[in-house]
Amino acid sequence: MRKHDVVIVGGGLAGLRAAIETSREVDTAIISKIHPLRSHTGAAQGGIAAALGNETPDSMEEHAFDTVKGADYLCDQDAMEILINEAPKNIYELEHMGVAFSRTPEGKIAQRAFGGHSKPRACYAADWTGHTLLHTLYEQSLRQKMTFYDEWFALSVALVNGTCAGVTALDMKTGRIEAFSAKSVIFTTGGYGRAFKITSNAAANTGDGLGMFLHAGLPLEDMEFVQFHPTGLYQHGILVTEGARGEGGYLLNDKGERFMENYAPEKMELAPRDVISRAMQTEVNEGRGIGGSDFLHIDLRHLGKEKILEKLPQIHTLALDFVGVDAITDPVPIQPTAHYSMGGLPTTIDGNVISDAKNTPVDGLFAAGECACVSVHGANRLGTNSLLDAVVYGKQAGIAARDHAKGTQFVNFPDEHLREVESDVASLLAADGKESAPKLLTNLQNAMTQLCGIYRVKEDLELCIERVKDLLERFQNIGAADKGRIFNTELIDTIQTRNILEFSEVMAVGALAREESRGAHYRTDFPKRDDKDWLKHTMAWMEDGKIRLDYKPVTITKWEPQERKY
Amino acid sequence: MVTFRVFRFSPEKDKKPRYVDYNIEDTCGLTVLDALKLIKTDMDPSLSFRHSCRSAICGSCAVSVNGKNMLACNTQVDALGKSRIVIEPLPGYPVINDLVVDFAPFFGQYRSIRPYLVSESQPPEKERIQSVEARKRYDAPAQCIMCAACTTSCPIVWTDDKYLGPAALTKVWRFVADSRDEITDERLAMVNNEYGVWRCHTMFRCAEACPKEIDTTEAIENLRREVLKRAFSRRR
Ligand SMILES: Cc1cc2nc3c(=O)[nH]c(=O)nc-3n(C[C@H](O)[C@H](O)[C@H](O)COP(=O)(O)OP(=O)(O)OC[C@H]3O[C@@H](n4cnc5c(N)ncnc54)[C@H](O)[C@@H]3O)c2cc1C
Ligand code: SF4
Ligand code: FES
Repeated sequence: MRKHDVVIVGGGLAGLRAAIETSREVDTAIISKIHPLRSHTGAAQGGIAAALGNETPDSMEEHAFDTVKGADYLCDQDAMEILINEAPKNIYELEHMGVAFSRTPEGKIAQRAFGGHSKPRACYAADWTGHTLLHTLYEQSLRQKMTFYDEWFALSVALVNGTCAGVTALDMKTGRIEAFSAKSVIFTTGGYGRAFKITSNAAANTGDGLGMFLHAGLPLEDMEFVQFHPTGLYQHGILVTEGARGEGGYLLNDKGERFMENYAPEKMELAPRDVISRAMQTEVNEGRGIGGSDFLHIDLRHLGKEKILEKLPQIHTLALDFVGVDAITDPVPIQPTAHYSMGGLPTTIDGNVISDAKNTPVDGLFAAGECACVSVHGANRLGTNSLLDAVVYGKQAGIAARDHAKGTQFVNFPDEHLREVESDVASLLAADGKESAPKLLTNLQNAMTQLCGIYRVKEDLELCIERVKDLLERFQNIGAADKGRIFNTELIDTIQTRNILEFSEVMAVGALAREESRGAHYRTDFPKRDDKDWLKHTMAWMEDGKIRLDYKPVTITKWEPQERKY
Repeated sequence: MVTFRVFRFSPEKDKKPRYVDYNIEDTCGLTVLDALKLIKTDMDPSLSFRHSCRSAICGSCAVSVNGKNMLACNTQVDALGKSRIVIEPLPGYPVINDLVVDFAPFFGQYRSIRPYLVSESQPPEKERIQSVEARKRYDAPAQCIMCAACTTSCPIVWTDDKYLGPAALTKVWRFVADSRDEITDERLAMVNNEYGVWRCHTMFRCAEACPKEIDTTEAIENLRREVLKRAFSRRR
């Protein structure tokens, strides 16, 4: 058994930011299934939002309004206001830590335009913003005293009478499972786009935190809201940053038309992502995909070689390496890609996890970053607001977890919990059924993409739920070819697949119940937003293998819902 | 058809490494990482390798391909132009399982060089001002993804585990080149010895291996120049 005042599950931006806060005062450990520097934060390209006004005058009020409107009024406005108001201070802190922000001619942090933002407020480092954020925070965390459990895979969270006692984790290098006793546990396990076939998310983005919460009897919030980013590299899903459009790139259909003219004449290519992804799907459905196929073009040629190489160097290389296209001389083939998950582990504005629709906090359990749902992004996140979310709420959760640890004793870690987890893993290793995790996952991803994707409708969603249930059934008949304990990646894949299957059912069930269209959730059979019945958050539990839903009101402070037009 | 000859070693089963051939009929558009994943799903689920982002940014997937270190995820199989491709773990570090090596020595060297910006003076309320030119100076080394392709290509690293190696030295240069860092003297002293910049024989193997096209050899040269410049100015 290992013991730390604070255990943080996840070494990405949110986890590291939390750790920097906690480790100053209490004994802190970070458990991460991949080395922290491999976390998916490193792939973020475009920028991190704050109304610094370095390029044009800007204000927090404008940033807040853009965010509420982008969220289609589903965000909790108290939480959102903290995000926006804390943004400038947090960005300056990051700069002081050493983040390699690009600079304006006066030497200030450079900012660029981004979809849904009315001012250029994305602070960036060329197109590798997430990389410099992740590396800088990891570097600074090495200055402080904390214990890193790199390549340890967290398996479960243990609750004792509703209080968090710690977690269990598997040391991938030895195959041993250990209990971690902690006064405070912070979940920062990141996004979970791997439920979809075409996604910008890394292989590690499998929503393990969600799976662990469902098994602990805790709810998930707003899981039906999944953002599809308009510009994924065709057939790969690898991201072409929105910064490419922020810098002036065009979206073109088969006829060479800037089709956004017909959908968002004012904002054009910089309309919010949900609007553009639906426009693209419509173009394809109506036969205006390139050569009648299922992709469109992003055209950067008019930006010129110099600007492309200076502002979008990574995009240039990715397009060359993965689709064999030189963005300087040719338009790049793209299609929408599952990108960001607005829902997740529900928390208070302090990052404390809650157990019901009445906001009852779970003692000692916290969450932040993409796996959490505070909710600052509501039904649709604006680009560059999520790195900000990971930083601001990573810090908030760190502070709350630290203070909690300072004022409390360890809860005895229940032995039987560890034994249950051990026997579960042992049975997965011993399993000799006919099914394999990769095949089940491919089936799931196809079902989710076809039936629970950009456009949704009752019949599809019902079919989707049936398919997911069937796959969960088939999972019972899984087989393990690799019986070894040491760095057994097949075992890891199997556990991750089970997590994805479980939260995917929650997504589909939530999507079927929500009979309206709001932000990223679009029902062709209910194409209008319905504030009377649906201005509320979905809460979902897994009970005896069934999904139970409840709803929680949205917090409104200043901004009454209006029609959302771009 | 391409034959992938893959290094295999399961510590619980194998006394010594073995090589297993896997054939893939159609490799059009496949990266080396795609090929490994295909082998794992369709031929042998027990094959172990690291990967995550599949877009050359997380630094997980560096392996040796036909004797050269590279990222599996951004290497197109057909571009290698070979019908037989040998895939092995990065050389020089202990193997944990198949293509998974133990990076403890690599991260040990990294941690030893104080790999973080040090600035003890009171920062301004807002951002520090840094000119576009000053920012450019550390642009390339700041893009390092810590994949270890460079360091594990270096014959000196293979024989001398005290040598810092190109990745750690490039990291030192990243901070020396950053106008905001305040411990340049300490950093230069740290590398001004036989385990630092003077150990490099300028063989360029590191720079050739870097998937992010970072000129690691130049970074080491730059550090040497700074070391000499300071020594010279002190003598005067
Ligand atoms: C391609 C791409 C580009 C993006 N660009 C932008 C952008 O420009 N601006 C913006 O604001 N947002 C962007 N986003 C979104 C943003 O990057 C993420 O929301 C954010 O980085 C998430 O940070 P995180 O710390 O929550 O998660 P991550 O960085 O994903 O970290 C998750 C951590 O959890 C650990 N973990 C997970 N499961 C387990 C387990 N079972 N046991 C132990 N550890 C575990 C992992 O090892 C990892 O360390 C982008 C996203 C993608 C995919
Ligand atoms: S310098 Fe290049 S090769 Fe070396 S670790 Fe960094 S990215 Fe990898
Ligand atoms: S998988 Fe991330 S660098 Fe190759």
